[in-house]
Amino acid sequence: MNEITQGLAEAGRLIFSLDPDLLEIVALSLRVTLSAVVIASAIGLPLGAWLVVNRFRFRRHTIAVLNALMGLPPVVVGLVVYMLLSRAGPFGVLDLLFTPTAMIIAQVIIITPLIASISHQTIRDLWAEYHDLLISLSATRRQRIAALLWDGRRALLTAMLAGFGRGIGEVGAIMIVGGNIDHSTRVLTTAISLETGKGNFAFAMGLGFVLIALAVLVNLTIHSLSRTERASVW
Amino acid sequence: MLQSETAQKTVHNTILPLTLTGAIAKIRGKTIVGPINLTIGPQGFTIVMGPNGSGKTTLLRLMHGLQRISGGTVTCGLPDAQARVRQSYVFQTPIMMRRIVVDSIAYPLRLRGVDKKTARTKATDWAERVGLGHALDRPAPVLSGGEKQKLSLARALISGPDILFLDEPCANLDGRATREIETILRQAQAEGTRLVMATHDMGQARRLASDVVFMYGGCVHETGPATAFFSGPTTPQAAAFISGDIVE
Repeated sequence: MNEITQGLAEAGRLIFSLDPDLLEIVALSLRVTLSAVVIASAIGLPLGAWLVVNRFRFRRHTIAVLNALMGLPPVVVGLVVYMLLSRAGPFGVLDLLFTPTAMIIAQVIIITPLIASISHQTIRDLWAEYHDLLISLSATRRQRIAALLWDGRRALLTAMLAGFGRGIGEVGAIMIVGGNIDHSTRVLTTAISLETGKGNFAFAMGLGFVLIALAVLVNLTIHSLSRTERASVW
Repeated sequence: MLQSETAQKTVHNTILPLTLTGAIAKIRGKTIVGPINLTIGPQGFTIVMGPNGSGKTTLLRLMHGLQRISGGTVTCGLPDAQARVRQSYVFQTPIMMRRIVVDSIAYPLRLRGVDKKTARTKATDWAERVGLGHALDRPAPVLSGGEKQKLSLARALISGPDILFLDEPCANLDGRATREIETILRQAQAEGTRLVMATHDMGQARRLASDVVFMYGGCVHETGPATAFFSGPTTPQAAAFISGDIVE
């Protein structure tokens, strides 16, 4: 209990003193995760909608696999990305290992199935509502997907926020491909892991509270900007 | 619709007449409608009547292309791709897109590549025509039942269809809203749009119909001019339906 109190105090001190190391870590955490969410959304949202409006062989199996991939173990993803980006790997020439880009790649792989799967479920409900209208209006497949994504954009925020939540709290994959290098690839979660390993529990707890506050702040900001949960907005 | 567009419609080919020859609709192997032999001519207001489950909605969906045809043919005066965009459909339960009224009405034009400004201008005109001028910026899903159906009509008519199918558009509306919808339909008819509407409302059928298709047991049981149908139905089922008896 004492360590939790100390952690809260440490979190307050870090935030209000505008600790430069903390700001750097927070900035990198946001950069990596927000980049990953944007890229994963660009892939996952249309993929989810595409799976809704198209009928093809093994469609149900594809959806089942996509749902299963939501539980992709981050450590395994990190290991695979590590092998792909290492000197001996097929993409070693790009020299991306132990860079924020490698961390973004790993997070994209982890987040994309989550966003695609949640968006698929969201859009499926909207498609049931719109189906006859869009067919009647002779909308092309591309136009149907565009309409579903646009009209379902507020509900799809949930998918993106779930992706953000998974990404910002992820440690296994980015530890492997980022290496937790100070002033280079250290983010909040890897810093917490490091401080815990050193027995510096109060500081680790402080970083943990900062991480939670950051996640809540980003969620509130996005909800505020998208004007959800307000009168006369569906 | 503008006068020039009405004039254009008479110059260019239209999808009419629409002809069903032995058309059958099956759902999960069970015949729901057909075989149907029916021709929708170039002018008039066809009312499709019949008891519940007689196949009125399926017939409309079959003609519009929403229902897959299981046998026979549905032919029209234009190739299929052109015909698809020259017809509209109003559903019994209005489907409201999660957009504001003006953008909902403009949507069919946007699908056809009309730029946003032009589409919105036309949509605003149509909103005024159907009495939704006061609600342009309101989200469509929060409109009242009557307003939703007016929006559906404006959305269906904005692209100037050759033929408009309506599936009981006034089913859940009060007398005033029904009258307003009927006024819009008469205007559309006067401007050259062919109307085919399913309804249970005998009074509405008498007010609007130029010809009647009476459905019974998934088939066209009786068809002909409205005056002849209402004054002297030739089948006992149609006679019972007109007199308000229960038709099994």
